[in-house]
Amino acid sequence: MSSSEPPEEPHRGHSDASHWNWFLLIPIVIPLSTPLFNHDGPRLFDFPLFYWLQLAFVLLGVGCTALVYTKTKRRD
Amino acid sequence: MPHASDHIVELVVFTSLFLLVSVMGFAAARWRRAESLDHLDEWGLGGRNFGTWVTWFLLGGDLYTAYTFVAVPALVFSSGAIGFYAVPYTILIYPLAFLVMTRLWSVSYRHGYVTPADFVRGRFGSPTLALLVAITGIVATMPYIALQLIGIEAVLKVMGVTGHLPIIIAFLILAVYTYSSGLRAPALIAFVKDTLIYLVIIVAVIVIPYKLGGWGVIFGSAEQALGQTNPNTGAPRGSILLNANNQLQYVTLALGSALALFLYPHSLTSVLAARSRDTIKKNMSALPAYSFLLGLIALLGYMAIAAGVKPLGKDTNTIVPSLFDQMFPDWFAGVAYAAIGIGALVPASIMSIAAANLFTRNVYKEYLKRDATPAQEAGVSKITSLVVKVGAVAVILFLDPQFAIDLQLIGGVLILQTLPSVALGVYTRWLHPWALSTGLVAGLAVGIGMLYQIPNPNNGKDHFGGSAYKLSLAGFDSDKQIYVGFVAVLANLIVTVLLTLVLRRAGAPELPDATQAGDFTVERAPEAPPPAASGAPATLAGD
Repeated sequence: MSSSEPPEEPHRGHSDASHWNWFLLIPIVIPLSTPLFNHDGPRLFDFPLFYWLQLAFVLLGVGCTALVYTKTKRRD
Repeated sequence: MPHASDHIVELVVFTSLFLLVSVMGFAAARWRRAESLDHLDEWGLGGRNFGTWVTWFLLGGDLYTAYTFVAVPALVFSSGAIGFYAVPYTILIYPLAFLVMTRLWSVSYRHGYVTPADFVRGRFGSPTLALLVAITGIVATMPYIALQLIGIEAVLKVMGVTGHLPIIIAFLILAVYTYSSGLRAPALIAFVKDTLIYLVIIVAVIVIPYKLGGWGVIFGSAEQALGQTNPNTGAPRGSILLNANNQLQYVTLALGSALALFLYPHSLTSVLAARSRDTIKKNMSALPAYSFLLGLIALLGYMAIAAGVKPLGKDTNTIVPSLFDQMFPDWFAGVAYAAIGIGALVPASIMSIAAANLFTRNVYKEYLKRDATPAQEAGVSKITSLVVKVGAVAVILFLDPQFAIDLQLIGGVLILQTLPSVALGVYTRWLHPWALSTGLVAGLAVGIGMLYQIPNPNNGKDHFGGSAYKLSLAGFDSDKQIYVGFVAVLANLIVTVLLTLVLRRAGAPELPDATQAGDFTVERAPEAPPPAASGAPATLAGD
């Protein structure tokens, strides 16, 4: 693992474990929680909640993966 | 039935765009030219050198297939809310892949793995387990290729083109340029495919609701139409929300499908073609743009209901092309058909490459010719990709297309059984390879057994009627439904874990692991670092 690798090979052996990875759980658990979105109202632009909220979850997924990407990016 | 003579403009636009991408397919051999295509890394993985943009188009073109574009709205059209599972499915796949696929990319880059079975072979040291993973991959992929043909056929049908000759010609051209250009062909064509798809869908979700009187009208007529009683079941056809019985199915179908998608060999092919680990990570935030698009595409099913579209014959896959025919001027309908048609070529090409690589690496090289040179490997893969496509055409020509749909349904359940060895394998090798092999076979048996029990009242079939398993079939006092693949992979995991415990206690031999912990996080070193920047070697030792 990272501590035992010689420093001249920075591209090898970094651990990819990070507390930030827990954020990836959000866009997995929430889109699977049907009681959260299985309703007709409130409607948005005439879309039932079921449809507009699930489309909004796409943004949630993008946000969480982008956050984890930025926070775990290597600086070498 | 439509007649081709009424669709001249559409046919001309469709054919022109089809010819354009065919030319691109052949020209792709010169794109990012390699010294020689006689190496699997070049022919089968495009040189492992695609950057963020190319990877975005390639993975988008690979995962969101033409069949998805016609089948998802068709499901929404006939059953309502359950068809929207495609949205959560394609959301939660990316955080999962963010963790697993990056590790798989690194270890494959480090060891030159081309297929998921290559990884399993190296990680668990068991040729038998690798062979099982390879065969499962090939069997699951073949009907998926055949399904792409059904996507093209749906479009041709609406334009009044009948007979199998056009499909044969289209696939022949596809086969030849895949043979000559390898993965570079679908990568280049994916640019055209995805641009057309985005264009068509953005226009569709603006123009069609405007013509139909707004989204309120669309959801209203969908609610009304789905509420009507289905004479085959005595229950409502569907509804625009989930009911008490299909929520579990919705959740397990979304989760199971997401786990399955990146286990398909063709997904890994596109992942491994990326030039760096960072490229994959970035794409996990960028690819959901396609998921948003897919959500809008799903809603075309409701638009078709509101527009009073009737499927041609019993083929609900024709509703999207029919909707376009009804709503768009001829020339733009032609563009939309081309988007679907080209959308079939990209994944079909990648899938045939993936299946060919599996055969070459995990059957030919492992069992037939251990000392095969890279050039021989590439040669065998090229020929196999042709055979695979001929097989797909034969399925459509000589068997009922419904057979391909059934096989694809089974395929998703099958490929999911490689989850413990491939996806868990990148984290742990505590599971014993003998247990993994047994678990895989057990999962396959449970999955196929359950699918066999499922009837479809709409077409009067007694078996293989869908992937929604009523718990009452297993003797439970419940009408709830669950996705078969999910149950099968649970069975697989239980068998694998229990057997591992038994084998460890019995002192079963440990098989060699070719990988090291650090291999799973390797990043590609910058090709030409400034001399003063660091003392790091330009490339990895041993690569």
